[in-house]
Amino acid sequence: MHVFTDPKNFDAYLSGFLWILKLTGASAGLALLLGVLLAAMRVSPVPVLRGVGAAWVNIFRNTPLTLIVLFCYFGLYSTLGLNLADSLDLNNYWLGVVGLSAYTAAFVCEAVRSGVNTVPAGQAEAARAIGLTFTQTLRIVILPQATRSVVAPFGSILIALCKNATIVGTIGVIEASSVMKDLLNENGDAVIPIFLVFAGTFAALLIPTGYLFGWLANRLAVKR
Amino acid sequence: MSSSSVLYDHPGPRARLRSHVLGVVFAVGLVALLWWIYSKFDAAGQWEARLWTPFTEAKTWTQFILPGLRATLEAAAVGMVLSLAFGLIFAVGRLSEHWWISVPAGAIVEFFRAVPLLLMIFFIFYGVPFLIQGPVPAFWAVVVGLTLYNGSVLAEAFRAGIRSLPGGQSEAAYAIGMRKSQVMRLILMPQAARAMLPIIVSQLVVLLKDTALGYIVAYPELLQRGVNDLAANYGNILAAAMVVAVIYIVINSLLTALAGWLDRRTSTRGTRPAKRPRLFATVDSAPEGGTTATNPQG
Amino acid sequence: MRTKRAVTVAAVAALSFAMAACGGDDDSADGIVGKAESQEKLVIGVKADQPGLGLQTGTEYEGFDIEIGKIIAKGLGVDESNIEWKTTVSSNREPFIQQGTVDLVVATYTINDERKEKVNFAGPYFVAGQDLLVQADSEITGPNQLDGKKVCSVTGSTPAKRIQTDYPNAELQQFDSYSKCLPELEKGQVDAVTTDDIILAGYAAQDQWAGKFKLVGSTFSDEPYGIGLKKDDTTGCEKVNEILTEAASDGSYQAAWDKTLGKSGTAAPELDTTKLTHCGSV
Repeated sequence: MHVFTDPKNFDAYLSGFLWILKLTGASAGLALLLGVLLAAMRVSPVPVLRGVGAAWVNIFRNTPLTLIVLFCYFGLYSTLGLNLADSLDLNNYWLGVVGLSAYTAAFVCEAVRSGVNTVPAGQAEAARAIGLTFTQTLRIVILPQATRSVVAPFGSILIALCKNATIVGTIGVIEASSVMKDLLNENGDAVIPIFLVFAGTFAALLIPTGYLFGWLANRLAVKR
Repeated sequence: MSSSSVLYDHPGPRARLRSHVLGVVFAVGLVALLWWIYSKFDAAGQWEARLWTPFTEAKTWTQFILPGLRATLEAAAVGMVLSLAFGLIFAVGRLSEHWWISVPAGAIVEFFRAVPLLLMIFFIFYGVPFLIQGPVPAFWAVVVGLTLYNGSVLAEAFRAGIRSLPGGQSEAAYAIGMRKSQVMRLILMPQAARAMLPIIVSQLVVLLKDTALGYIVAYPELLQRGVNDLAANYGNILAAAMVVAVIYIVINSLLTALAGWLDRRTSTRGTRPAKRPRLFATVDSAPEGGTTATNPQG
Repeated sequence: MRTKRAVTVAAVAALSFAMAACGGDDDSADGIVGKAESQEKLVIGVKADQPGLGLQTGTEYEGFDIEIGKIIAKGLGVDESNIEWKTTVSSNREPFIQQGTVDLVVATYTINDERKEKVNFAGPYFVAGQDLLVQADSEITGPNQLDGKKVCSVTGSTPAKRIQTDYPNAELQQFDSYSKCLPELEKGQVDAVTTDDIILAGYAAQDQWAGKFKLVGSTFSDEPYGIGLKKDDTTGCEKVNEILTEAASDGSYQAAWDKTLGKSGTAAPELDTTKLTHCGSV
């Protein structure tokens, strides 16, 4: 473990995982908002909205994230001039957040959509019978019930998001996987311990997250 | 795409008008946005012929994109077969009544689900050679990485599928004298696989996309050859990325469509969990209308 | 439960088989001279994305490193058609040599003490130095003017680290390959690209960038490029140095340069044969 007793390496390790957590946090929030919006679009009465929602899901779900993140840098930033922060690192971070959110939102949208589908049709019929509009039906009756069956899928989406954050290394955010690469290159004699520490940190973060969401899903499940 | 959704009434004249207006406004906004992107790209010279002519040359296709696509499909195909096998074995292992099988199987599945594929491929390529005293070809680093991760996700999908089956299925099978292995193989697995088809397929799409991570170990797949190497020759990274993205989207859509067709074909026979009336009729068939999570790795 | 156990065992077996299948069987212990004699073929690790040095153009490779590789193969009596070129990236050169994936590495491979602990070096066949590539009308004349400027390099590479430690006021944009830096330099999103001068010259000479960039020309490091071999292959290393010495005198070194990097008009450098390594023996 001599690799991690060197304070320089240990700092790199910490900052790598800090980036991962920051990327995950910001993208989770954005992806949730965007995903729910997309899901609403996909079930809305307006055909154009449905089309855009479907196109979004199909495009982003079928493109490798690495490419999406590259597009964020070379397309959004360097061609369209989208400057999200003054410092280079921070700008790359936000570009990464945009890419991760756009990608993850497609999965959130599909999870919400199948969640909505688990709500019995009678619920919506009853809501309409008492005169609620489309938005009211969704907001007051359907989504609160769908939320419960969506907890478990959201758990796996969040876990995948956290792991996917490593891909933002492509555009120069020195996150955990870039740090690991660097350490491996410099310490060929300690390959196994380095991997175990990095993989172990991910496991320590994500396995409990998985169980937490599993437990929540069980607790919140609607018994029908 | 009829209006048979139960979420809103069959639109009357006013609702139709409103939805048309909304649709037009939104469409105009969308076109404006696309036009703005187009002109910005134009101003940045992204539509310049020199960036795009490489794609009219046969060499670009025969020496960069197609070999890359082939390598992607090869890794994906082998990875798919191995992950399905891995998934089946570990699903059964985790359901075992013996703790010394189920606990290690569970631990392995949980571990590989939690470790980013990027880390895994990197470790297999650079770390494992120190263990086995021999080189690991980039192909196997990618395939084994894909197998361990996607196989673990599939194992969970299979397990959930088996557990979602009515208990009467296995009881009836035991009653007619089947052994455990027969019950699993002949009764439970076929039904679970069918019920979980949407998830299985979306996981296979994920696997195909994840082959793109092979570029970190210089595995010559589509992203490496079609974007990185091509751009090193012609300096057209954005153009190359667009072309390659379209290829990925087409292939993955085909795979999804194939799954939809398979699902429709198989769902006419045998038992499936009874369908409750659906909330909205506009839901496409599998895998988008799937009942559980799809997993967005990579 | 016998079946389940069998299945688990089969899984483990299948996995270990998959791993074992990855293992190489090539065990040519007597170094490259022996292998060249007995098998009459060589596997040479080169870069695939560095124009002028090692660039994969479709199925072929071209560049100065490739030409050097051919000279060495010829000197060892291996026909050009029997060379297998293998793409390496900076981070896998040592493992490739140590594991025997490649026999030789000719891939902009800087000789340094840390690497010498793992592999043996012949050469240097060229001495590069870290430099800056800037837009043709840029006013940057050296690394001291990088304060507040954006500099592009490859993630975790030696040039990138040198910028971080020696010029901490520069902002560093890192990508996984230099070819991603160049379009950014063209658009002015970064102010400079930094790595060895010879690599930068290779990019600048590409058709699509012709006339757009210039090399600052004040190198701030020495990067002697060596040829990497197995650590214990002293004979092979000495033989390669012999071949290089001969190439310098019979004009084939010059020809290799003229055919590749020389196209930009730069005259061939002098191959200083007095500076060749001692192949691990002091």
